Amino acid sequence: ALHIRDVENVRLVDRVSPKKAALGTLYLTATHVIFVENSPDTRKETWILHSQISTIEKQATTATGCPLLIRCKNFQIIQLIIPQERDCHDVYISLIRLARPVKYEELYCFSFNPMLDKEEREQGWVLINLSEEYKRMGLPNNYWQLSDVNREYRVCDSYPTELYVPKSATAHIIVGSSKFRSRRRFPVLSYYYKDNHASICRSSQPLSGFSARCLEDEQMLQAIRKANPGSDFVYVVDTRPKLNAMANRAAGKGYENEDNYSNIKFQFIGIENIHVMRNSLQKMLEVCELKSPSMSDFLWGLENSGWLRHIKAIMDAGIFIAKAVSEEGASVLVHCSDGWDRTAQVCSVASLLLDPHYRTLKGFMVLIEKDWISFGHKFNHRYGNLDGDPKEISPVIDQFIECVWQLMEQFPCAFEFNERFLIHIQHHIYSCQFGNFLCNSQKERRELKIQERTYSLWAHLWKNRADYLNPLFRADHSQTQGTLHLPTTPCNFMYKFWSGMYNRFEKGMQPRQSVTDYLMAVKEETQQLEEELEALEERLEKIQKVQLNCTKVKCKQSEPSKHSGFSTSDNSIANTPQDYSGNLKSFPSRSPSQGDEDSALILTQDNLKSSDPDLSANSDQESGVEDLSCRSPSGGEHAPSEDSGKDRDSDEAVFLTA
Amino acid sequence: MEFAELIKTPRVDNVVLHRPFYPAVEGTLCLTGHHLILSSRQDNTEELWLLHSNIDAIDKRFVGSLGTVIIKCKDFRIIQLDIPGMEECLNIASSIEALSTLDSITLMYPFFYRPMFEVIEDGWHSFLPEQEFKLYSSATSQWRLSYVNKEFAVCPTYPPIVIVPESIDDETLRKVATFRHGGRFPVLSYYHQKSKRVIMRSGQPLTGTNGRRCKEDEKLINATLRAGSRGYIIDTRSLNVAQQARAKGGGFEQEAHYPQWRRIHKSIERYHILQESLIKLVEACNDQTHNMDRWLSKLEASNWLTHIKEILTAACLVAQCIDREEASVLIHGTEGTDSTLQVTSLAQIILEPRSRTIRGFEALIEREWLQAGHPFQQRCAQSAYCNTKQKWEAPVFLLFLDCVWQILRQFPCSFEFNENFLIMLFEHAYASQFGTFLGNSESERCKLKLQQKTMSLWSWVNQPSKLSKYTNPLFEANNLVIWPSVAPQSLLLWEGIFLRWNRSSKYLDEAYEEMVNIIEYNKELQAKVNILRRQLAELETEDEMQESP
Repeated sequence: ALHIRDVENVRLVDRVSPKKAALGTLYLTATHVIFVENSPDTRKETWILHSQISTIEKQATTATGCPLLIRCKNFQIIQLIIPQERDCHDVYISLIRLARPVKYEELYCFSFNPMLDKEEREQGWVLINLSEEYKRMGLPNNYWQLSDVNREYRVCDSYPTELYVPKSATAHIIVGSSKFRSRRRFPVLSYYYKDNHASICRSSQPLSGFSARCLEDEQMLQAIRKANPGSDFVYVVDTRPKLNAMANRAAGKGYENEDNYSNIKFQFIGIENIHVMRNSLQKMLEVCELKSPSMSDFLWGLENSGWLRHIKAIMDAGIFIAKAVSEEGASVLVHCSDGWDRTAQVCSVASLLLDPHYRTLKGFMVLIEKDWISFGHKFNHRYGNLDGDPKEISPVIDQFIECVWQLMEQFPCAFEFNERFLIHIQHHIYSCQFGNFLCNSQKERRELKIQERTYSLWAHLWKNRADYLNPLFRADHSQTQGTLHLPTTPCNFMYKFWSGMYNRFEKGMQPRQSVTDYLMAVKEETQQLEEELEALEERLEKIQKVQLNCTKVKCKQSEPSKHSGFSTSDNSIANTPQDYSGNLKSFPSRSPSQGDEDSALILTQDNLKSSDPDLSANSDQESGVEDLSCRSPSGGEHAPSEDSGKDRDSDEAVFLTA
Repeated sequence: MEFAELIKTPRVDNVVLHRPFYPAVEGTLCLTGHHLILSSRQDNTEELWLLHSNIDAIDKRFVGSLGTVIIKCKDFRIIQLDIPGMEECLNIASSIEALSTLDSITLMYPFFYRPMFEVIEDGWHSFLPEQEFKLYSSATSQWRLSYVNKEFAVCPTYPPIVIVPESIDDETLRKVATFRHGGRFPVLSYYHQKSKRVIMRSGQPLTGTNGRRCKEDEKLINATLRAGSRGYIIDTRSLNVAQQARAKGGGFEQEAHYPQWRRIHKSIERYHILQESLIKLVEACNDQTHNMDRWLSKLEASNWLTHIKEILTAACLVAQCIDREEASVLIHGTEGTDSTLQVTSLAQIILEPRSRTIRGFEALIEREWLQAGHPFQQRCAQSAYCNTKQKWEAPVFLLFLDCVWQILRQFPCSFEFNENFLIMLFEHAYASQFGTFLGNSESERCKLKLQQKTMSLWSWVNQPSKLSKYTNPLFEANNLVIWPSVAPQSLLLWEGIFLRWNRSSKYLDEAYEEMVNIIEYNKELQAKVNILRRQLAELETEDEMQESP
């Protein structure tokens, strides 16, 4: 990576207390914006990937310099003040260019090198294997078969080559049906529920216009119905609002006419389109960005954004489908317009509700690989990886990830992974550090030889899985078994604002102690204790035997294991007060952070659990910046907590009385 | 016997009970002097055992001869009883109505309750002011206990013993009392050992429109300042409200007369505004028909979280004055019995690790709420469902508990108690078998002879078997000041209270159990390992001794 330029005496403004600003140097590299604080104690680094940059705003120059506001796709907001207007302009122009690459080869994943050998990289790419997944579902079987109709992407270029279709659907039917569907996305299997043979299938909208029909398409739906002997009908779920679907008829598209298809039950579930969702997120982020908003500003703004209403709509659709499959035993065909946004959301939510496998770490990766990556969700367009039409951008998968979080809040023991896992996946969908989410389809990825040239995120997450485990998950727990049952009564208050995602860089707003981290530390210690116990028992037995034989054996006293007190340094809550005085300008008279111990601790907070080093402080790309001699003290190093000593004492007390 | 007269029908068979998240149960309904009991006579358990004093409102309706009584409780639960027979139903309804609105305190259940447990420690003596003062007296000699209010003559809402500056004699206190609302002269609320600064509280100064002053009052509060240092007066009313108070003889400290003090106004709502907020909030939580958007706007319109934010912000400001500015603080509103106590007690939660332990929190409630004269009887007379709105009813204490919950959520490992403990306190403040929250002040409690005639809540709670339910398994003593975030994103609806009866907590309860299991298992192993280590060590020393006699 190239070191493009650097600017000294730049100030990084603290968004919570704007009076505080860190002085440092700004570096631009080919892949990152890096800010390094001058403060010799910390030399704290802030790394921003160019691909994370959403907008850059140059604000009016003031006496102190020229402010530059960078908003990121992972919801980080960076405000810099650059002393010289000329420098600021340069940085601005450079970033505009860097943040909007025009060729895939410019993206970070093509230069990112985690120092793995070729074999390891290849291993990484086979970690998640969809053929295995279909096998796990129980396929192929008497009703479903693997079709090679789409080999070399001959029928549909946004579909994968490996597709499951009903056994009775001949190539003729499939091809015929594909001609009657938007972008030739004909009905295929997304999930097979082996308990009762019901399935979730997906497609795009039919090209029905006002009256057109297609025999093969009708046969295709019949074939899906026949593949489920337990039910005499198929639900067809159109995830669009009815009005939108009707408007599509004028363009020769539309929805299935129940009269033409035998034994279907047609159902609209109104999820808004990508443009509504983009605006909704925009509005919600404006609320998150408000400076010291009142409670009413916040709640009113949140409601006005409609964001949680949209989340609920997606969940409702997922719940409907999961119920149809598990309770009615009916198969469901899901589509929206093109069948790659709302359809992906709804199919994956329903699968997650139905199948505990998708609630495990690996299963969740499989789910995203299947419903999103393989079925041609347009990652490049939706997340703006390459410079493109801004109207194509929409937080479609962000919404799905939030749905999962909402479920985790209600079923705390049902998921093997924790919130951090979701946040890191969201981050990497935008980071372009790994090849998984590049391009708009499997076809494009193959052409670009992604697997030969980049690394897989799944392997990276799997390697660090200890950081992503939910300590409350137990495979044999009742919550983890079978279908997740949500209450039937509409509980609107179920859906909550996800501050851990949208305000995740405002550390002060998050709970200052993490129950998850605490419990993980306890579990880790428990495991060590189990091992020690076993070893002690063994030794004791040995000694007793030896003593019985009146033989003298010398044993070295064991080192008492250090009871860490679960490191409360992770949880250490040293923090600083906010501005509680409201508009009283002269208060506090003294800045609370003047030379106090807490502000130093807050740094360890920032680095807390940056298990994924590339998230906040990327050290892999350091080589690009020659004079970055000092690395950030990423994770692991924590100020000793006051409590740990105390705990050791109490531990010893137990030891003495025992 | 008074109760027998009120109970028109003591018993009805074939009553069907509907409760949220339980199947309907048919059984026999019994009315006693203090309880409403329903039993299906299966497994020897009662499906419902409800204190009449927990009933906030009842509705009745009829379909043919089948009557339905809907009981709305002060803890926000709503239950429904289907009672066959119109007459029975009417009798039951009117009996419940009468029994739940007894106007004499001495007829309340605590005067009849006989404990079924052995009292190990009498809670009435658990938190004596003298003992609490010992904690301070070892650190500073600037303060003394005063018995000036021994007969409740100086201030009817203060306890007999208060902590005042060492240099101020009782005579001065008497004079200051005449200058402060309700005789509530400034007293010590909290001494912060680290900064050696204090929180004091009082009623508003009675300056009136002509700016009356009181040299003794100035002397008293100045006595708490070091030479050359300044303090802060936090007035929990807006400047506007404080100015209006002058017309009624109240007011605030004039800068000219208190040059060493800087006054800050932090507006915290009181009385019916809070009560209405609670009513709206509970209504929104119970309304299951609206869509997502209306829920948020109803939550917003209730203003409950706005009140939470205001109270927490004021408490944080006080803590900031003490810990960061190293300045002492005097807090008052009008009477000094509501918002003042919310702020003084929350500031202590933030500053003082001891108040985050079970024992310390009980002491805080005893000191800053009960002895400080928060009128529990008046404030908690009714809850969210009552139609007869009285000026003095207000969920002041519930707001305080909610604020504590907010801090607990942000610092889940820093409190010795858990959410259940806060919920339990809320329940007992509104309806209880114990005498602790009866009466409006220490003087009323004395007159009622509560110590002799009723049981203290603390006697019951502090039994080891009960405490385990209220202990936070995540607790690790933390000696730091904990600064909560008051950003709207950080303040949540307290589901454990407000959605308690509207959503199943099954999965959350399972998660809590799992958490307890993880920690318990760890402790168990730790103990086992320690025993084995000791055994090994012993065996090995034996070895050595045999080796080298």
